[in-house]
Amino acid sequence: MSAAIKTPRGALLATLLVLSIFPLFGSDYYSELLTKIMIMAIFAMSLDLLVGFTGLVSFGHAAFFGIAAYAVVLVSPQYDPSSLWLVLPAAVLAAAVAAFVIGLFVLRTKGIYFIMVTLAFAQMIYFVFHDSPLGGGSDGVFINFKPELRIGETQLLDLGNAAHFYYVVLLLLVATYVFLRILLRSPLGHALAGIKSNEHRMLSLGFPVFLYKLAGFVIAGALAGVAGFLSACQFGFVTPEILSWHQSGNVLLMVILGGMGTLNGAAIGAFAFVVLQEVFSALTKHWQFLMGTVIVLVVMLLPGGLSSLTQRVRRLLVGGGSNG
Amino acid sequence: MDLTTFLIQLLNALQYGLLLFLVASGLTLIFGIMGIINLAHGSFYMMGAYMAFALTSATGNLFVAILLGIVLSALIGFLLEWGLFSRLYKRDHLDQVLLTYGLILMFEEIRSMIVGDDVHGVRIPEMLSASIQLSETLSYPVYRLFMSGVCIVLAVLMYWLIRHTRLGMMIRAGSSNREMVQSLGINIDLIYRLVFALGVTLAAFAGMLAAPVSSVYPGMGNQVLIICFVVVVIGGVGSVWGAFVAALLIGLADTFGKVIIPDFAGLTVYLLMAAVLLWRPEGIFRRI
Amino acid sequence: MGELVLAARGLSRQFGGLAANKDVSLDMHRGELHAVLGPNGAGKSTLINLLSGDLPPSGGQILYRGQDISGWSPDRRSRAGIGRSYQRTNIFPAFTAFENCRLAAQSRAPRALHVFSRAQNYDDLRSAADRALEQAGLAARRDVVAATLSHGEQRQLEIAMVLATAPSVLLLDEPLAGMGSEESQLMVSLLQKLSADHAILLVEHDMDAVFAVADVITVMVTGQVLESGPPDQIRSSLAVQEAYLGGGEPDDE
Repeated sequence: MSAAIKTPRGALLATLLVLSIFPLFGSDYYSELLTKIMIMAIFAMSLDLLVGFTGLVSFGHAAFFGIAAYAVVLVSPQYDPSSLWLVLPAAVLAAAVAAFVIGLFVLRTKGIYFIMVTLAFAQMIYFVFHDSPLGGGSDGVFINFKPELRIGETQLLDLGNAAHFYYVVLLLLVATYVFLRILLRSPLGHALAGIKSNEHRMLSLGFPVFLYKLAGFVIAGALAGVAGFLSACQFGFVTPEILSWHQSGNVLLMVILGGMGTLNGAAIGAFAFVVLQEVFSALTKHWQFLMGTVIVLVVMLLPGGLSSLTQRVRRLLVGGGSNG
Repeated sequence: MDLTTFLIQLLNALQYGLLLFLVASGLTLIFGIMGIINLAHGSFYMMGAYMAFALTSATGNLFVAILLGIVLSALIGFLLEWGLFSRLYKRDHLDQVLLTYGLILMFEEIRSMIVGDDVHGVRIPEMLSASIQLSETLSYPVYRLFMSGVCIVLAVLMYWLIRHTRLGMMIRAGSSNREMVQSLGINIDLIYRLVFALGVTLAAFAGMLAAPVSSVYPGMGNQVLIICFVVVVIGGVGSVWGAFVAALLIGLADTFGKVIIPDFAGLTVYLLMAAVLLWRPEGIFRRI
Repeated sequence: MGELVLAARGLSRQFGGLAANKDVSLDMHRGELHAVLGPNGAGKSTLINLLSGDLPPSGGQILYRGQDISGWSPDRRSRAGIGRSYQRTNIFPAFTAFENCRLAAQSRAPRALHVFSRAQNYDDLRSAADRALEQAGLAARRDVVAATLSHGEQRQLEIAMVLATAPSVLLLDEPLAGMGSEESQLMVSLLQKLSADHAILLVEHDMDAVFAVADVITVMVTGQVLESGPPDQIRSSLAVQEAYLGGGEPDDE
């Protein structure tokens, strides 16, 4: 609501500036890593809409990410680059439709059921692609030609080009962020905040709560689809693992560790997670053990729950950034 | 499908369902009584299977391995509850999800460090390695019957424990009113610790029992975990009886799904869950 | 007397083997304040929950403007014009008093699909919220976060939120409980004002207030209607005196 945290505008603009000029100075390796982080940030922000702003703890968000990635595969022609005009909307639409159908089922449940049921449905989607020849089965499938953007004969953008791709990702990251900010202060956004705060009262005030949650679920799924589309384009390769429950767990981790219900936090969480992953996996092949240890320690050493830390951090960030 | 094949599939379904029940009952007990959602529950199943493998290799006897494994897993459960889970009761589900997710990553890597990432088999003990001839070409392994028998005995024991013993009474009371039970001078912390250890042991035991049939492989725990979530969702969170019925239903759906629609065999279980959600979003049964 | 707005016909509700409401019938007319009295456990709150849709009835009918709404969900009933307040304060603690009411008003004009407009820019919602706060005597506390309001103020907010939805029926579950005497007086006079063009069901333990404002009083005992009529009739009723007014202390349900 209007009492929500003031976004540190200075910090945001500075981040945007750094992101816009980074490829000019940074190495290819870091640009690629940053691209990956930005994609994950879109993914994490889309989940934050559910977890942080609506109070729906989904453990199956990778389903929509993965469905969009597979949509890229299925829509792309074998021997030609596909058109961005076609592929991006198709991927996002596929994710949104899946979120709508799955939402009809999972939103009938609450709390712990919701966590388990979202996980189970995501696993079901996993098996659809794992067991069937639809997308190359368990081996996955290559995207031979990355999508491109053409007007007439001129090629404007080629997503196979790392620099082009970087700026497309950045643009979509900014667009997602701005869209979510606008959404959150709209009547729908306020209704979702009301549902998170007191669902029962929302019902007795006359809100068709289920429809609102479904709207939130579909929007979050569609945005996860944007991230999934980009991920497929970045790696040019899609396997069932991108919609595995590990992926759902990791994105949830990003949202919670970064600070739920702030959007910026989700992006920070994505950044921290990918960097940690990169650092740990350089150290040992058992990097997941280190990741797990970090998670366990964070939960155990913060008796007030994680929100206490995120609030502390948030206060620091807001205090430091709102002057700028 | 002729009658003999049908019979074999039915026995397979039963055996799979009963095994799932062992794992899921621990999950649902721990949730129903302590209010903890434990994603790491599948890891205990995996742990059990790997114990069966390692201890059978060391001792040369599956039964000795299982006995040792039971003691070990109960101890592990006891220590985990004491060191980690007992501090989570008052936290919200999000913290529990996070902590237990962290634990999965740790357990999986510990397994990788100690035993490696290879797939291993565990030999069926000599005395149970026979098969019963059902027709000229079809037979059914005795070990699978043995598994089902053990599971049934355990299910009956659990029913008796919850319905008719003082501990069961306390468990049931503890699930509804922690303060009240505490004020009666009952050591609720100890009960929680025991229940948690029981849940861990059940899951690990299921893993040990299944090891000779399913072989032992990385990620086996997570597969079971998700199916157990489906069991719990269908049966109703906290309901042991519900878990029993749901586990058998899933055993049937999965086994016959593989026969009827082999291309989408993984899906039948989830379709069953979707149907139950439409019919009863809170599961078929509620509570114990 | 105004038109019949909401009516219960033979309403009952079982909890296990226990009948919390048994064959309850009552009428609510526009312009009439209908109070429900009864000792602890008489089923007053259950009755409100049945009328508002928070509980499904085990039997009987609820008629709203002649239509059977027994199967309607709470949100549908609310949108149709049946507003309720809760005995235990049920608000959005992190929002300001104004935002609580603005959100309540928004439910009347669902704009779920208006994703690109600012919720705060809807003048009709703002004025509805401010009017409700004014009526409930909370205008001065408009921008205070609800969680930090005093208990009595939260009770006022509880009412203000219902008013912001512009209902034609008000189901009020002990609105005066926990209010100071000044706030109580304000609320009583508000109820009197509102009763001119609303149908109000009031569950309340404050006898003085009830007899001061009620047009009709229904007395419930063990889930059933003991007697129903104008205040004078209830005051002089022997059955009521025996069952309730004379015997035992009325206490919180």
